[in-house]
Amino acid sequence: MLTVWAILIDGFIYASWLFLVAAGLTVIYGVMRILNMAHGSLYALGAYAAASAIGWYYAGGGSQLWMAFAILASCALLIGAISGLLIERGILRLMYGRDEILMLIVTFAILLILEDVMKLLWGTTPYFAWQPYAAMGRVEIDVLTVSGYDIMVLCLSAVIGLGLWFWLERTNTGKILRSIIHDREVSEAMGVNVRRMFTITFMIGATLGAVAGGITAPIISVVPGIGIEVIVLAFAVVVTGGLGSITGAAAGAIIVGLARATSIHTMPQFELFIIYAVMAGVLIFRPNGLFGQAIARKI
Amino acid sequence: MKHATQPVSLKRTLLSTTAAAAIASAGMMGISATVQAEETFKVGLVTFLSGGASGPFGVPAAQAAETVIKAINAGELPPPYDTPGINGLQLESVVVDEAGGPTQQVEEYRNLVQRQNVNAVIGYISSGDCLAVGPVAEELQTFTIAFDCGTPRMFEELDNPTYFFRTGLDAVADNVGAARYLQDIHPDVTRVAGIQQNYAWGQDSWLDFTLSMEQLMPDADIVNNQTPQLFSGSYGSEISALQTRRPEIVHSSMWGGDMESFVSQANSRGLLGQATAILTTGESGLHRFEGQAPNGTILGGRGPFGAFMPENALSEWFNDAYQAEHGTKPSYPSSKMAQAILALKFAADNSGADGVPTSEQLASTLKGAEFESVSGTVRMALAGGHQAMQDMLYGEYHYTSGEGAELRNVRSYRGECVSAPDGQNAQEWIEAGFPGAQCD
Repeated sequence: MLTVWAILIDGFIYASWLFLVAAGLTVIYGVMRILNMAHGSLYALGAYAAASAIGWYYAGGGSQLWMAFAILASCALLIGAISGLLIERGILRLMYGRDEILMLIVTFAILLILEDVMKLLWGTTPYFAWQPYAAMGRVEIDVLTVSGYDIMVLCLSAVIGLGLWFWLERTNTGKILRSIIHDREVSEAMGVNVRRMFTITFMIGATLGAVAGGITAPIISVVPGIGIEVIVLAFAVVVTGGLGSITGAAAGAIIVGLARATSIHTMPQFELFIIYAVMAGVLIFRPNGLFGQAIARKI
Repeated sequence: MKHATQPVSLKRTLLSTTAAAAIASAGMMGISATVQAEETFKVGLVTFLSGGASGPFGVPAAQAAETVIKAINAGELPPPYDTPGINGLQLESVVVDEAGGPTQQVEEYRNLVQRQNVNAVIGYISSGDCLAVGPVAEELQTFTIAFDCGTPRMFEELDNPTYFFRTGLDAVADNVGAARYLQDIHPDVTRVAGIQQNYAWGQDSWLDFTLSMEQLMPDADIVNNQTPQLFSGSYGSEISALQTRRPEIVHSSMWGGDMESFVSQANSRGLLGQATAILTTGESGLHRFEGQAPNGTILGGRGPFGAFMPENALSEWFNDAYQAEHGTKPSYPSSKMAQAILALKFAADNSGADGVPTSEQLASTLKGAEFESVSGTVRMALAGGHQAMQDMLYGEYHYTSGEGAELRNVRSYRGECVSAPDGQNAQEWIEAGFPGAQCD
């Protein structure tokens, strides 16, 4: 019974992290039809910014947890928004209307450039920002313990998911975005400033990526290459759930999270395999993912 | 005609003079270049400068190389290495990033030898890279020292090598040593679990460790082994899975940022209070474990390296020089790099060569030799004289605010106790109950 509890707890905690990582990717694809490979770099930028700021805070004698979180959140939000704005205004806006594959290659190029920029800025030495993770304590269930930090990530992920849903479904901006998703040209004809909405969407997606990295920084060692590792995983989740669907990203994250936790507790040697086995299984029966919709091609 | 001839003649003279000057100049340059080439011995240094292995392994190793090479060129090393340069030649290094995987490393190796014209190569932390580069070193007939990689398969898959050497120990010694340490310090343990990175290194380490435990502590049950992806960084689910199996000991061969992340997370989650961790590469994190690893965590340093170095003139010099230059004490990857460079100096100084020693001269000198190093006397006694045999040490991590981090309860196991006799398959040796092992 303890193992069942452990699978459920680990599955949902991992799913919440996966959703945080994948949310920005799916928002950008949903609205802009850009499969943003640079999302991994935005995640890494958030992680590096947060890890160095937290390291600086604690090295300077700081000890207040709320202050560490304030610094972490500010860094991630700032670097995500600024990077998103620069990438969208500086590069992507020049490419709108091009083929989706070309956009994918462009964002992959941005990912490679940003990987080297991060090496120049932060070097190659790992950054550890473990203090907030340790300071949040743990909850004990028999011999099993759950980190307070992981519970916080779970709650944050739920808040972000609900916030995104509310934004898209219940606000005027969300309605405009949905109209763009439905038909960009008609929306433009009706007076919607599509380019401005694209900028806002990309900044939000980029910020989500950076926040995911910032939140993850106290759990891992922040090293060059973490962005590339994460983009593959995020891609598996959004493809499983259906590209461009927030609900799909949540469902994909939960399915992948639970499958991975089950594997770790019962067949640890299949941990990596199971994530892609789930993706392949879903795509066999639903080629557009669980919540993805087939789109008629305009000729 | 006369008039016409003179300018031609002058032109010819000018041309021939210019050509002669050019040829002479080119010749001089050529001679100068040859002299220049013969004044230095060029060594390729391959270590991780990016990625997860760079911070705790690759960069400290590169820093150690910088410190030792500078001292060799200045003749500042203690005896027996107190002559400047190697075989009288200044040592020049070409540093290459090991990131990118075995295929890329094979290309980098060929580039070093065939384009950069290095005289020798020292490098390789990743076992996969060693396995890939070994046959190429033999093909290109270039003296090469693997300074850190630990796979025991290296000399099993490379038949009768001539040019390829390893101046450190393999993973068999790490894991037989770990089992022997547990037998000595925790003889009553009954539940053992593990967590290893999911590739050759982790799988081989776990196999060697569990086979050794079956022989040395047959009453201990192996209750679980987790195999997370290399560089995954987050181990929440794996820690839960280990907790539910209630182990008393958790063995791990994880290295670098992965190892340090696991220790930090497992400590925060309480796993390292429920079970004692034995980390075969843990010494590399010794000076960063403050607040992250509990006292009593068992650390290995892959031999007498880093904080396990014995006290001798070379280790004292290396400790002081490294700390003065890089602001921290050397960890085991630094010591292992220093050892490989000292092996190169030993081979070159004793090669009997006039000028730049050839790979054949270097290889025949190092094969089966004994040389002094920061870790004591190194015997190239395994793999037909191509692999070092040294003692294996383990100790317990302790941190106090006054003393800082230190190792206590250190035990040393002779090379003949933790390594299979030359020519014998390590796993068969363990399964047969370590025949011929000399542990007294």
